[in-house]
Amino acid sequence: MRNLSVARAVAWRTLHNVFTNPSLVIPQLAFPLFFFTAFAGGLSRIHDVKGFDFPEGYTSFQFVFVLLQSAAFGGVFTGFGIARDFETGFARRLLLAAPHRTGIVFGYAAAALCRWLVTAAFLTGVGFAYGMKIGGHGVDLPALYVLAAIVNSAAVLWACGVAMRLRSMQAGPIMQMPVFLVLFFAPVYVPLGLLSGWIHDVAVVNPLTRVLEAGRSFVAASPEQVGAAYGAAVGLAILFAWWALRGLRKAEAAG
Amino acid sequence: MDHPNTIEAEKLVREFKKGPRAVDGIDLHVDPGEIYGFLGPNGAGKSTTVLMLTTLLPPTAGTARVGGYDVVREGPQVRSSIGAALQEAALDPLLTGREHLQLQAALQALPRPERAARATELLDRVGLTEAADRKVRGYSGGMKRRLDLAMALVHRPRILFLDEPTTGLDVQSRTALWNEVGRLAREDGVTVFLTTQYLEEADVLADRVGIIDHGHIVAEGTPDELKAEIGRPTVEVTTAGVDGRVAVEEVLARFGTLVPSSRGVAVRLETTNEAGLAEVVRALDAGGLRVDNLELHSPTLDDVFLAKTGRSLEGHGGDDE
Amino acid sequence: MSTTVDQVTLLARRSVLRTWRNPAATIFPLIFPMLLLAVNSGGLRAETHLPGFPTTSFVAFALAVPFIQGALFATMNAGTDLARDIESGFMNRLSLTPLRGAALLTGQLGGVIALGVVQACFYITVGTIAGVRFASGAAGIAVLLVFAAFVSLAFGSLGAFVALRTGSTESVQSLFPVFFVFLFISSMNIPRNLIQTTWFRDAATANPVSYLLECVRSLIITGWNGEALGLGFGVLAIIAVAGLSLASLTLPKRLGR
Repeated sequence: MRNLSVARAVAWRTLHNVFTNPSLVIPQLAFPLFFFTAFAGGLSRIHDVKGFDFPEGYTSFQFVFVLLQSAAFGGVFTGFGIARDFETGFARRLLLAAPHRTGIVFGYAAAALCRWLVTAAFLTGVGFAYGMKIGGHGVDLPALYVLAAIVNSAAVLWACGVAMRLRSMQAGPIMQMPVFLVLFFAPVYVPLGLLSGWIHDVAVVNPLTRVLEAGRSFVAASPEQVGAAYGAAVGLAILFAWWALRGLRKAEAAG
Repeated sequence: MDHPNTIEAEKLVREFKKGPRAVDGIDLHVDPGEIYGFLGPNGAGKSTTVLMLTTLLPPTAGTARVGGYDVVREGPQVRSSIGAALQEAALDPLLTGREHLQLQAALQALPRPERAARATELLDRVGLTEAADRKVRGYSGGMKRRLDLAMALVHRPRILFLDEPTTGLDVQSRTALWNEVGRLAREDGVTVFLTTQYLEEADVLADRVGIIDHGHIVAEGTPDELKAEIGRPTVEVTTAGVDGRVAVEEVLARFGTLVPSSRGVAVRLETTNEAGLAEVVRALDAGGLRVDNLELHSPTLDDVFLAKTGRSLEGHGGDDE
Repeated sequence: MSTTVDQVTLLARRSVLRTWRNPAATIFPLIFPMLLLAVNSGGLRAETHLPGFPTTSFVAFALAVPFIQGALFATMNAGTDLARDIESGFMNRLSLTPLRGAALLTGQLGGVIALGVVQACFYITVGTIAGVRFASGAAGIAVLLVFAAFVSLAFGSLGAFVALRTGSTESVQSLFPVFFVFLFISSMNIPRNLIQTTWFRDAATANPVSYLLECVRSLIITGWNGEALGLGFGVLAIIAVAGLSLASLTLPKRLGR
């Protein structure tokens, strides 16, 4: 119960700061929108490439990637806030005030998820306004959002672990770069079957590829690789939860 | 099991990687309801000690129990029993004063219905009611310190740690804070562990003082005991002319030991209380001696520090480790 | 009394040294564009199969992008350094010396230009190792280096202007998303004539960054294309004149002169 109380308090404060501060809210909405526009708008011609056979069109194809990207980077942005809290000393206040410190990590994770849900709603609205098509009756869509939510949790726990180890804003690039690489070494622009060479080999072993392909299959109303996708996402979330909690212990030991 | 409001440390050590021992085997006992002043220059180990006792830094060796709980093995229980206002106020510039208190209350799992009322009560107590709903980035240094103290008191802790709480405050704010700390100890029975560089603060507030230097406690006792231990009051008399000086020396020599003085004649009184001063004045008057100036110098805690370490505490300023 | 040249050299050296001692400012502008090049080259290789695509090598097509991304980093470096000097009070210290304002700006930008050229050499080397053959030959590479220097000057002066005007690192950093938008809504990932979405194509056509990309691309893929070179250098000249003018007008106020 005490952990829950701590988590709620930390989540409240993080969300309060984000949603009362335009300079924090606007980038979180604008960047995914921007990527969606640039990819779906600028690269729509890729639909004409031989072998590209996604039934719902390039806009829907890119929507899935941008949704997952927003989930992942949403987690990282919350990680920046954690690093800033350490740099300003506010994290010390949280460590001191919280009888059960695990709640601090889960509070940040809860805040990241809530932030992302707002972004997801906004992005979905824009997608539909842009003419995005969803296959079937859209019943597979919740599965896509749940998958993205797990990705968001994995990302924020990764970022949290980094922030708690480095305890400074210099942790920013270290949080961001691996997430960027994992995202972009997946089939971003074309399906896996149209990749060739080293990028295909990397994408095959990249766990996010399963997630991305499954997500696109949900939109196309023909779910595929669902087990592998959820397994990969949940596995990453568990791994990074351990990473974050170990980071918390390191932050405690450093004082 | 009884959990008294005590603070105990035994052979407490904190060593940093590639650095000296910031705290080198200190023993402490602070009684319930006592205000314990922890005095020392920069880098002495005061803040490091506080960080260990408040579970923010694990000790390298030794043990400490706060409120009856072990700081290493029973961290959550320690944190529930204590409040702390550390060297840096560490406030969130985007939250208001009231929101800070409500956040603290939520973190400490105060029942929801109580949180708003408790915040209002504390804001009133520290004189921040008018500024309560303004963002903290607009607060002065004194206001931030007061808010910091209020946050430390949200959950009615039995033990309070204050790490240089009045550094950078104006005289008025400092006095107000002293009054509040004194009231907490006297009326609410809160045990207070206070670190400071200011001799006056330790003198005025503390029931007992521990003086730390280079990670060791070099002296401990009540302020009067410590001062008495190292010296007695000195009377310094300034006269006009050499003849007057000789006569004054003869009179003063009857009351103690003459000591060097750059301004006149000085004697260290044989009595430890200041009643001796009245006798000196009577004797000078009886001798018909004219004096230009007469001063009584009582030993200070700086004198205590000087006696114990060979260095003066006054004039040290800045951040502790 | 030091000459203007001495002052410029001093400040240029300081600018280079500051960047060099900040690994994030040195390594990131080198590594990140190459990562993006690798990712996009692999992911968008299929694009080369589209009828009308100007080359069979997507690496050759995409190699133009790092040179313009370098502009982004030049802006951030020049602006952030100056803004930090203002925030810390170091600018006040400089203004109490006989330092000429022009020397301050030139020195700061000189450092940024030097770093921009180093970055360009790195990109050219990586491109060559990746198998890219510069259609314009050695002379074209020399022109490319001049272009890179010019890009750093133009965008660096914009960053310097924002820093001098606002005195805030946060304001300079808020330029990042603005440049990002300009970079992405351009012919960065696909030739303009192959953009299918009308509004996007129109936006890319209106976007000056498209002409900068096409200028570099022409030196790599086509050879000597007078129109592309003219447009690219022309756009750059406009940005440089605007940036330098604005920065020069703002500088005296900042120095209290």
